[in-house]
Amino acid sequence: MFACRTSLLTYGRSQINPQRSLRARQSILFQLLSTLAILEQREGQLNKNSLSAVTAAHRLGGSITGFIAGSNVKPMAEEAAKVQGVEQIIVVENGSYDKGLPENYAPMLAENIKKGNFTHIIAGHTAFGKNLMPRLAALLDVQQVSDITEIRSEDTFVRPIYAGNAILTVQSTDPIKIITIRGTAFAPAEIADGSAGLADGTDPNHPISTEWLSEDLAASDRPDLATASKVVSGGRGLKSKEQFDKLIPPLADALGAAIGASRAAVDSGFADNSLQVGQTGKNVAPQLYLCAGISGAIQHLAGMKDSKVIACINKDGDAPIFQVADVGLVGDLFEKVPELTEKLKQ
Amino acid sequence: MSNALKILVPVKRVIDYAVKPRVNKAQTAIETSGVKHSMNPFDEISIEAAVRLRERGSPRVDDIVALSIGPAKCSDVLRTAMAMGADRSMHVQVEPSEEHGELEPLSVAKVLKQVAEREDCNMVILGKQSIDDDSNQTGQMLAGLLGWGQATQASKIDFKEEEEGYVRVTREVDGGVETLKGKLPMIITTDLRLNEPRYASLPNIMKAKKKKMSKHTLADFGVDEARRLKTIKVEEPPPRQGGGKVEDVDGMIAKLKELGAI
Repeated sequence: MFACRTSLLTYGRSQINPQRSLRARQSILFQLLSTLAILEQREGQLNKNSLSAVTAAHRLGGSITGFIAGSNVKPMAEEAAKVQGVEQIIVVENGSYDKGLPENYAPMLAENIKKGNFTHIIAGHTAFGKNLMPRLAALLDVQQVSDITEIRSEDTFVRPIYAGNAILTVQSTDPIKIITIRGTAFAPAEIADGSAGLADGTDPNHPISTEWLSEDLAASDRPDLATASKVVSGGRGLKSKEQFDKLIPPLADALGAAIGASRAAVDSGFADNSLQVGQTGKNVAPQLYLCAGISGAIQHLAGMKDSKVIACINKDGDAPIFQVADVGLVGDLFEKVPELTEKLKQ
Repeated sequence: MSNALKILVPVKRVIDYAVKPRVNKAQTAIETSGVKHSMNPFDEISIEAAVRLRERGSPRVDDIVALSIGPAKCSDVLRTAMAMGADRSMHVQVEPSEEHGELEPLSVAKVLKQVAEREDCNMVILGKQSIDDDSNQTGQMLAGLLGWGQATQASKIDFKEEEEGYVRVTREVDGGVETLKGKLPMIITTDLRLNEPRYASLPNIMKAKKKKMSKHTLADFGVDEARRLKTIKVEEPPPRQGGGKVEDVDGMIAKLKELGAI
């Protein structure tokens, strides 16, 4: 936060009277900075995790506006309006935005951004944000900054590259900053007793040639993988889907954890693709990441190495996973996992 | 026939996925000299997808053009793409620059827009992300610039007889999959699950040497090298301390309790 203020002040010094008090200076600067946080909805439910965009906006300073589009989104907008520090929620009420198709969502968003003179646009680096934001960036002729984990100042951001093997600090020279954020790096803003007003946004109702047909979502009453506080993950070492289903869910249940999988497990058909943790799957950073039968390839580590505590069970004591694990147990997972499950239940 | 497909497949030369990248001494970039490079894994899937569409036969595939933007050595990945089945290739030569790094996705998308229009393509298949920059932007930006439909993170590409001029794409989304029907022209970005890329056979590698590779510069497309993002620093991530091993399950539970994880 300190670094952020310093940079703001440096930026504003040439534009404002240096005689004014620090407070007045800051308030003027904060007016210059105006962030639009894109909120996701699905089937009439506000995606609470998308409130991470508001958290990131808070770190930037300046005014914060929320944005939500779809059919019957007013109740969700009212919910989001209670988040502390949000000044306004722009609402575009139109069912053609329900599925988040970027072909019409991006031009609609671009209109609202131009009208509102926003300096920063933030969305989560989720399937929705990844699909939408680059298209928006191209329409506004902006080079987006993807999947950031830290905000250094209003124009300087930190993001992992090379599957998290390097950390890049990058400065944007674009007049509008378009950013997607890594959800695990910014906790969702809490719905409290804020009272932002709702305002109708612009709706150009752009015609599109893409049609949404159907979806097939893996039904699960477990915690959501990307945000769970505990994750139990299985890899190739489980040998079959039967063994995966026999060993991993009970252990996850014993811990109240979400289930994850390595790419090898997904490719071998042991687990659904949506459970994949890694560079090409989900990034997770739970309190506990407990994995069995995962060797720890760099692509997998990319998705879980920010976990607070990493524990692993693997029969190969030289597996790279042991180099990052806080607790490692060398042994046969077919014995150790059931034993662990039993003992945790007690 | 107007509904025949003319497919553009952009491919990128990146550090091989199995290599652990090292940050250079000046902390300005990743060390690339003397490091094994290969085609971005998602781009191999894109080429494979294009070739399988041709093998499917309906709709007919008239042309598969592979394109790469980057230094001279990009011709290697273009040869690979042609050995896998691309008909021809285009190499937009941009030498790496110390201070500028590589071309940004927005600039790449601008070049691709020009190429797609000039070559009269009606489908562009790109990887969903490059494994070096991990941006996941180029395909979506290109779709925005062209005003075409987009289907990102595709795990299935399908054509139905009765839906001439349309493509059905199943996409990987958070929590599962969704299916879209898009009118051509269309931008598709590929997910790992889409297919298993083939290995180029030796005869095909030999044949690829005879296929055409045209050379271009950024100026041919009216795009400059200017970057919008300035690299301030590239660092190694903070190393994690492996906490050592425990003897048995009881030891594991005790240690997890001690760490406050359970």
